[in-house]
Formats: sequence, structure tokens, C-alpha cells
Amino acid sequence: MRHGKYRFIIGFLAIPLALYGVLVISPFVQDFQISMTDWTGLTPDKHYIGFDNYRKIIHNHLFWQSLWHNVLLLLIVPVVTLALGLFFAFMLNVGGRRKGSASVAGVRGSGAYKIIFFFPQVLSVAVIAILWQQIYNPDPDEGVLNVVLHSIGLGSQTQSWLGDPKLALACIMAVMVWANVGFYVVLFSAGMSSIPTEIYEASLLDGATRSTTFFRVTLPLLSDTVATGWVYMGIIAMDAFAYVQLMSVNNGGPNEKTDVVPLLLFKTAFRDNSQYGLAAAMGVAMLLVTLVFAVLTLRLSRRERIEF
Amino acid sequence: MTTETIDGAPGSAPHKSGSPASDAARWKWRRSEGGVLNAFSHVFLAVWALMVGLPLLWALWSSFKSSGDILSHPLSLPTHLHFENWSHAWTKANMGQYFINTIIVVGFSTVGTMLFGSMAAYVLARFEFPGNRLIYFIFVAGMAFPVVMVLVPLFFVTTNLGIINTLPGLILVYIAYSLPFTVFFMTSFFRTLPTSVAEAALVDGASHTRTFFQIMVPMAKPGIISIGIFNVLGQWNQYLLPLVLNQGDTDKWVLTQGLADLAVQQGYQGDWGGLFAGLSIAMLPVLAVYIVFQRQVQAGLTAGALK
Repeated sequence: MRHGKYRFIIGFLAIPLALYGVLVISPFVQDFQISMTDWTGLTPDKHYIGFDNYRKIIHNHLFWQSLWHNVLLLLIVPVVTLALGLFFAFMLNVGGRRKGSASVAGVRGSGAYKIIFFFPQVLSVAVIAILWQQIYNPDPDEGVLNVVLHSIGLGSQTQSWLGDPKLALACIMAVMVWANVGFYVVLFSAGMSSIPTEIYEASLLDGATRSTTFFRVTLPLLSDTVATGWVYMGIIAMDAFAYVQLMSVNNGGPNEKTDVVPLLLFKTAFRDNSQYGLAAAMGVAMLLVTLVFAVLTLRLSRRERIEF
Repeated sequence: MTTETIDGAPGSAPHKSGSPASDAARWKWRRSEGGVLNAFSHVFLAVWALMVGLPLLWALWSSFKSSGDILSHPLSLPTHLHFENWSHAWTKANMGQYFINTIIVVGFSTVGTMLFGSMAAYVLARFEFPGNRLIYFIFVAGMAFPVVMVLVPLFFVTTNLGIINTLPGLILVYIAYSLPFTVFFMTSFFRTLPTSVAEAALVDGASHTRTFFQIMVPMAKPGIISIGIFNVLGQWNQYLLPLVLNQGDTDKWVLTQGLADLAVQQGYQGDWGGLFAGLSIAMLPVLAVYIVFQRQVQAGLTAGALK
């Protein structure tokens, strides 16, 4: 058993560790270093300027606005997505229940619903963002959404969706919800189907209504899955790069009302005079926000596990 | 799924009779409530299904319409099938080339990810050695931080290695950034496998390497398939990394980059039919594969979250 063990271990770990070290760990470490310089990348010389970039960020109104948009995404998108996911999953798995037979049943065709709901999950974010950009087409006579509104008699509700500074971010949030609900329906369905039906049946016999069953039985038993889902959704909301970059008017517009930190970082580094140092500092700031989010989530979701 | 069988059981259909004579009134009330709840569920579910399905169908049927038609009658079905949209997108807008590039990149990087990820995970799961926990932790920690934060240094690391704007470079980066989750998942998977078979093979004189490839990998097939699907979809849909690390030669672009460019270009040229054909080219293959393997895809994508 011992023969050649270490040679084997080193042999198996060498390539994965080298790839990971060079392409993930080393950029991660370098980010802190670059964030302390005034590097523009065009010349090899860079000067260490301490925390100047961070000072610049703190006084940059655009950064705070972008961060606020990320926080809004972080607060709203996961709540709506998870709530809809739970609602549909409950409908699919328990919605067809017949009290008379004291059984819990999914609605007919629940399999087909799950397949359709999941569609956006397999599509590229780029595809989804471009498709919805076309749907939101701001021209009141041409955009599909506006034409639909006209044809169902809601012509007064037509908007220049992505062109309206007040609406643009909400429109992008709606697409993020649209794209992710299906995943949570499937995830929560899997969780719900592992809850023993006896628990449902017992609560039914005790006369529990459907909403009581949901809040008193399903939700507590799924709390772990919901917490995991929250973290996943938070990471997606913290990013939002592709959605905003592809859908928003003028890369984060109108009037920077949809800009998010990752997009601002991208623009600072690769568009606005290659301010690599400043962009790297934004990266560090993003890491901090992400860590705070993760720690808070874990704190809040830590509760006694229910064994079943 | 037990729910399915209960649903189809004789006598339990909501709208039909068949309840016992005793307690008839209560049964009736309960049955009718069941019926109402069913209808209630179906309305919500159907509305969402339409909200998901219709935009995709709309993109598909728009791809067969002329650009003028798309603008003036965005909702109408195509009157003539404009197949030239597809050929334009495929050849003129280079979507064919992007498609092939994407297949090459995703093919190699998924195989690489699964090979290297499983190798590392196997060693970390099955062998005691100094630093084992530390290496595992370093891998897993990679799941926590966003890729976008290392964009700037990553750009320069790949530049210095001379792999920027190349497909092999993209493949290596995809593998590196897919390792955390793959190692995390495969480590716990290898731990669940019985040790006796591998030990027997070693006693019979097989090397560790041989034991891994001929015994452990076949045993770990379900896990490898799940995470393989997860990686294929993740890498197929990657947008940010190619945007930054593959901005050079347009011949080397991947599908998502090409599509984003098409969206901008068609804005100027007004070739909306071509844009929708491009969208369909990017959309249909994954949807087709998904519909065929939907069970595995759903299991693969949710596997990580359930662990």
C-alpha cells in the first residue's frame, strides 16, 4: 500500500495544483498588489501609491451608486426568485393534493412544467440578455412588450423600458428572476420530494390548510436548501455583469442608473485609460462585500437542523 | 416519484365519483376543494410556462422573418420562411466559426476539468499526507470569490504566459476556474465509494494510477457525469472570461462573444432576422440536448446545491 504512494500523490496533484495556482491563486494575490499601484499597464513601471486607489474609490460617487445597485440586486432578486421558486415547487408537488384521499400529489403534468421552467437555466446569459433586450425594445410601436401591451388594451402602460432611468434596473432584475426561477423550482422540488409524505398526511389529518402546511411543514424542512439557494442567488446578483453589459443602454445607462461594480471594474480597466490599479482596488472592495454577504447569510441561516 | 402514482391511482381523480358512501358530504366538499386547488395551481404554472416558452419561440419564429416584418409586425408568424437569415448568420456573421470554436473550447476544457479535478479529488479523498486538508481548503476556497475581481491580474498572467487570445489559453483558464467546484464535489463523491474494491486491486498488484483509471473512475461514473454536465453548461455559457481574455482575432471568438457582437452590429445594419437566427443557433443545440437528457441535466445542475 505504501509503495510509491507519495510519487503517486505528487503525480496526481501536480497538474491541477499548477493550473490552479498560476491561473487562480496568483491573480488573486496580485490583485491586492496591483491595487496599491498607479499602474496603467502600458509601461512596465508602476509606482506604489499605498491606499490612494481606495481613497479614490471612497470618493467616487459612481462606485457607490454601482455598489448600491448591486446591493439592491442582492436584496430583491434572491427574495423574488426564491419565493417564486418555492411557490411553483409547492404547486407542482403538493398542489394536486386531494384532501379526500388524504394524499399528497403533484399536479398532472408536473414533469412537463419542470422541463419548461428549467429552459433558461441551460441557456447562456448572453442569449437571455440579448433576447430580452429585443423584447424590451424601447420604441413604443416596435418593441414586442409594448406591442403586446397595446394589443391587450394596456397601451397606456407602454414604456421605453430600458431607456427609462427609473425602470431600467427593475427591468434587468425581472430578467434575472425569469432566468433563475426554474432552477429553484427543480431544486426545491427535489427537496420536497424527499420529505416523507407521512408528514404531510399527518398534518392533513390534523386539518392543516395548504398555506399552514407550507409554512409549518415544507418551509422549515427545506430551510437548508433555501439557505444554499440564497447564497447561489446572491453570487449571481453580485455579478450581473453580462445582464447589465448586454441589456442596458450605453453600458450601465441610462445615466449610469444600471451600472454595477463588476461592469464599472471592467470599464475602468479595459476602456477608460486602463486604470488597472483602480480597477484592482474595486476588485478587492467587491471581495469584501461578497465576504460580508456570505458571513451574514451563514450566520442568519444557522439554525438547528431537522432530521427526518 | 410517488406523487405520480398516487395521482394516477383509480378512484382518486378529482372530478369523478368513487368516494365511499359514508361521510358523503365531507368527501364531496373535500373533493371539490381538491379540484379548485388543482385549477388554481395549473393557472399559475401555465402562466409561468408561457412566460418562459413564448419568448424563446418568438426568437425562433422571428429568425424566419424578414427584418422589415420583425419591425412592423413583431408578433406575427412568418409569412414566408426566410432561411437566408440562417445562412447569413452562419457564414457572413461567422456564427458557424464561433460555434466550432465553442465546441473545441468546451470539449477540451470539460475533459480536462473532469480529468484533473477527479485526479486531485481522488488523492485528497483517499490518501493521508501532510497538507491534505490545506490543499483541499485552498481548492474549495476558490468557490467563494467572484472571477470578476481578478480580471485585471488574470489578463496580465495570461499575457505573460503568452496564452491570451488563444483557444488553448481559454481552455486552461476554464479548467482552472472549474476546479474548485469539481474538486469539492468529486472529493465527497470518492469518499462515498467503498474502499474494498480498490484495496483488492492494489493487493493484486495494480499500481495506484491503474487502480484509479480502471476501477475508481468507472465506479465514480455517476458523479463524473453530473459534474461533467454542470461544467459543460457553465463553460458553454461563459461570457466574461472570453470577453476579456479572447478579445483579439475574431476568428477565435466563441459563440457568446459573436452573439454580443452580432447584437451590436445588427443595430447598425438593421438585419434583425440575422440576429434572431444567431440567437437560435446559440439556443437550439443546448435546448435540444437538454430536452433529450433533461433528467440528467437537472440532476447534474442541482447536485451541487443539495450536497
